[in-house]
Amino acid sequence: MKPILLSSAILICFAFFYLNFEGDQYTSQDPLQESIKRGADIYTDFCMNCHLASGEGVANVYPPLANSDYLMKNRKESIHGLKYGQQGEIVVNGKTYNNFMPPPGLGDDEIADVMNYINNSWGNKNTEMVTEAEVASIKK
Amino acid sequence: MKNSLLSIFFSALFFLACAQQTPSKVKAETPENLNYTTELVVPDMIIPWGMTFLPDGSMLITEKSGELIHFKNGKKTMVTGLPDVYVRGQGGLMDIATHPNYENNGWLYITYASSEGEGDGGNTALIRAKLENDALVSIEKLYKAAPNTKKGQHFGSRIVFDNDGYLFFSIGERGNRDENPQDITRDGGKIYRLNDDGSIPADNPFVNEPGAKKAIYSYGHRNPQGLTKNPFTGEIWEHEHGPQGGDEINIIQKGKNYGWPVISYGINYNGTSFTDITEKEGMEQPLFYWVPSIAPNGFVIVDSEKYPDWKGNLLVGSLKFQYLERLILENNEVVKREKLFEGIGRVRDVVQAPDGTIYISVEGKGIFKIVKK
Repeated sequence: MKPILLSSAILICFAFFYLNFEGDQYTSQDPLQESIKRGADIYTDFCMNCHLASGEGVANVYPPLANSDYLMKNRKESIHGLKYGQQGEIVVNGKTYNNFMPPPGLGDDEIADVMNYINNSWGNKNTEMVTEAEVASIKK
Repeated sequence: MKNSLLSIFFSALFFLACAQQTPSKVKAETPENLNYTTELVVPDMIIPWGMTFLPDGSMLITEKSGELIHFKNGKKTMVTGLPDVYVRGQGGLMDIATHPNYENNGWLYITYASSEGEGDGGNTALIRAKLENDALVSIEKLYKAAPNTKKGQHFGSRIVFDNDGYLFFSIGERGNRDENPQDITRDGGKIYRLNDDGSIPADNPFVNEPGAKKAIYSYGHRNPQGLTKNPFTGEIWEHEHGPQGGDEINIIQKGKNYGWPVISYGINYNGTSFTDITEKEGMEQPLFYWVPSIAPNGFVIVDSEKYPDWKGNLLVGSLKFQYLERLILENNEVVKREKLFEGIGRVRDVVQAPDGTIYISVEGKGIFKIVKK
């Protein structure tokens, strides 16, 4: 138990430093940082009950958002899924999921915010900001 | 270095804070032999939230997005005249039920999220109306929860009548865990009881409490999306979503407190706990709790002759694990659980039709009926 605890603690500790370092690169006026902050609140309200607090998802049921290859490689499809719902098979980190995510009923600005949040959390990194206009341009 | 030591300390603290949960006493199994299968009746539905049957055998189905569909002779017709529906998060057009005396009075009851009233956002509303030429007419607003909020969670809502003709419906705590469910002067996290015309029954439990919402029948709920009459006893049975773990089945009793969030078998979505206790005097214990959560939706206690081996069993849809759960009880204790039709999809509602046939609604698919193999 103890070595696991210690190594986990060191890992989390590393994560803290990493996050701090990331945070220093931006000023509070940075539009991406502002959007990420708003996105965190949206995530808590609309996404967390299935994808859980650290984006880990539920094995074989709800795909992870943390360290997600799908999210990083499928920007348009991800926005589309958030806007209109996600149905059918998708492969995330080598595992196949087949579920139905109902459209969460968010505004285009809110979809942009929550996309920026998940794109830059839990091991994901994408500084190319998702904007309200980009979300609006994605049609059914 | 000091910093990293501190981090290790707090990390260790965080790990210790991660709560341990006791799993459900009975585990869900795959059935050994199942005498029934499903047959698709109404195809191409997105989120068929609620459904009810009319005397001519046709069906009314709500789509969460705000459409009401009349399914008759194999054909879908859009019902017009619905009030504006506030579609956000878990809210939208929700349940629909017929009056027990529908054949004579024609009243339909509908719950939905509405932005009416003061403040941004929305909250759960209940109306009754009649159906004429596929239009809703004579709409009467019976209840609207306040205040409006832009939160996406926990609107409830199911509708059911008991044997005395009282109407029960549920509203979840609207993502305001720490204010709504334990406060009877506030809406949300409650089961409500009304007369069929929306008036408050004179013997509702809190009619004499100053400031109380007089329609409240029980409180301390999180998000009840299952409400059904036990056909054998006449009691109102409820189930509700817990957070991570802690979904519950309760028998609803007048004026009782079901404990959310003071007592719970669930934990936060990040693994930490919000309460150390699972029981407290003055708060009801669930008849059963689910750990892990199945995300229960729709509720039937079977008394149909068409499924003799299921008589008295509970049927509950699982949104999370995409099956229909069958729970077998002995003396009001769950002794067996089965996963029926595994992989069928997110089961949103379960209804026993007047002819005894059981129907389930599945997100992204449609309405299925359960038939003998």
